[in-house]
Amino acid sequence: MTLSELSLNQKARIIDFDSHDLVLETRLREIGFAEGDQVTVLHFGPFGKNPMSLKLNGALIALRRREAQAIVVEII
Amino acid sequence: MSVIEDRNIRLALLGAPNCGKTSLFNALTGGRAKVANYPGVTVEYRKGNFSLSSLESIELLDLPGVYGDCGHSMDERVAIDAIKGNLVGERAPDGLIFMMDASHITTHLHNILQAKSYGLPIILVLNMMDMAARDGIDIDIAELESLLDIPVIRCVAVRNTGRAHLIEFLNEWTSDILNDSISIPAIEKNSLKDLQSKARLITSSAVSQINKTVSLTQKIDNIVLHPFFGVIILAGLLIFMFQAVYWWAAPFMDGIDFIFSRLQLLVDSNLSETWLKSLISDGIIAGVGSVIIFLPQIIILFAFILLLEASGYMTRAAFLVDSLMAKVGLNGRAFIPLLSSFACAIPGIMAARSIEQEKDRLTTILIAPLMTCSARWPVYIMIIGAFIPDINIGFLGLQGLIAFGLVLGGIIFAMIMAFIFKKTLMNNTKSILLIELPSYKLPVIKDYFIGLWDRALIFINRAGRIILPASIIIWFLASYPTKSNGIVGTFAGKIGTLIEPILRPIGFNLEIAISLIPGMAAREVVVGALATIYSLDSESIDGPLKETLQNSWSLPTALSFLVWFVFAPQCLSTLAIMRKETNSWRWPLFAFFYLFALAYLMAGITYQVAANLGL
Repeated sequence: MTLSELSLNQKARIIDFDSHDLVLETRLREIGFAEGDQVTVLHFGPFGKNPMSLKLNGALIALRRREAQAIVVEII
Repeated sequence: MSVIEDRNIRLALLGAPNCGKTSLFNALTGGRAKVANYPGVTVEYRKGNFSLSSLESIELLDLPGVYGDCGHSMDERVAIDAIKGNLVGERAPDGLIFMMDASHITTHLHNILQAKSYGLPIILVLNMMDMAARDGIDIDIAELESLLDIPVIRCVAVRNTGRAHLIEFLNEWTSDILNDSISIPAIEKNSLKDLQSKARLITSSAVSQINKTVSLTQKIDNIVLHPFFGVIILAGLLIFMFQAVYWWAAPFMDGIDFIFSRLQLLVDSNLSETWLKSLISDGIIAGVGSVIIFLPQIIILFAFILLLEASGYMTRAAFLVDSLMAKVGLNGRAFIPLLSSFACAIPGIMAARSIEQEKDRLTTILIAPLMTCSARWPVYIMIIGAFIPDINIGFLGLQGLIAFGLVLGGIIFAMIMAFIFKKTLMNNTKSILLIELPSYKLPVIKDYFIGLWDRALIFINRAGRIILPASIIIWFLASYPTKSNGIVGTFAGKIGTLIEPILRPIGFNLEIAISLIPGMAAREVVVGALATIYSLDSESIDGPLKETLQNSWSLPTALSFLVWFVFAPQCLSTLAIMRKETNSWRWPLFAFFYLFALAYLMAGITYQVAANLGL
């Protein structure tokens, strides 16, 4: 499943990146997403559950669902 | 590093957005560059000097924040070009000070592994160590140094004591750079993925999280990012801000008004009836005074804006409205430039450099002038004060609500235009949002007041640089060759008569037509111009501008005038910065025409509707 499918307060581990968009993958990695990292979804935006904010290794990051689709996770 | 000319060392501040580079830059160089608690405040490189006990003059470069070394957007490319020495007229730095928010060390540590491959002497400065400690993050500095193979220094950039350790270290380090006795780190030649796993290995042995309690920032977020209450809080904050502009400014405005009317009285009673008296009294005092009187409002407005910027709330506001921005095709990154445009469209348009996709950047630039910049406030406040009754609707003042409505109108039309531009001109590129939400912080009192002071100075400077000369020119044009049959016989009257027929359908009179021409320089000039024109018009009774307007404008005209200023691009500097940022006249000309067309159309509709309603 991808990060965009997680529900509120669900914990998951990043296992892979969708390699269709290499620029997006680079940007996601640069800001701090990496394989093995744990993420927790903290908030959804008020309209259409978009964007989402999550906790990643002590940082809080906001992104839209479309970007979140590029991150493959497993629930822990 | 053997060729360092005339003992002048150049260091550059590098690091992720919002890690405190500009705070350190200001603290070291005594600069007063804008600092705030959101990513993307700095979009240009900046130079400053500071001295150490070991070295007289060290040049320091403050750079826009970058995460990696790719340079996705314009501001990131500036930072990377600066380090590589690719900026025109600038040589590469002799050493890099890599700053990192200590709380984010696990997420960002791979960034310094990337930065080592620039092949320059480099140190890691862990900023905001106090905040990291509060969050229970424990960093073993010695372990980190040995694993990274570069010096690591702890720091709290905004405090004297927090910088002491860094300054002590820089004393030695800069001497070592000069003496060529410094080892340049081995270049990491791994993929980003490998660098990340290497970084994670380092942090797993050098960093430990002691207590895993929910941080204060997360607790605040639970309230302000709540899907329902979060939106209510945001709307409440904005409404309160515009109410406060009216609630709190009145006594200060009366004070300024008193000073200027005394000044006018002094001139009137001490000078004989000559052209000089008219120039000083009707031209300069009326013109400049009518604008300066709005200084209290500007200060109150910025007191709020700067507080929100420094606290870290701005990115939360961006989060709450992002889905609306996404619906019209706007990039999530466009929020900050658009927000900056509430101060002034010029920094707003420049801030759009942080948007990677060129078409998204252009769309943002084109709609930035629709945000209510501070130059509009003198116009809004003057007209609203004169024509909208000071009554309350519930516990909210009607005047404040109308002002809020004008601001909201600008935002709504910006969204509509963005939607149209993305569908037509920009053929619908996909836009993204990927942003860090900073920890909440209390503003640094000194920075806060410096910021407020600077905004006040900008406002006063404009009064001196633009409004004063404009007032003198208008005074001349509205006084000669003859005033015997009123304004019509003057130069200004003749020019105004030419364009007045075009503006008549939207309810504008001759005086407005005249004031709009110098008002092209800046919006608030219109207020000064009207003051001068009406001051000259009324031979003996020099009533305040407010009463003069009440007597000579109808309500539909006043409303139409307000709506005109939501749209009209009456600001040459904005058009000039658009030219600079897009490298062609095409987009500023496009903005010029579409905004004037909208202004004419919407003001016309307002006038006709209001007139037909019998207002």
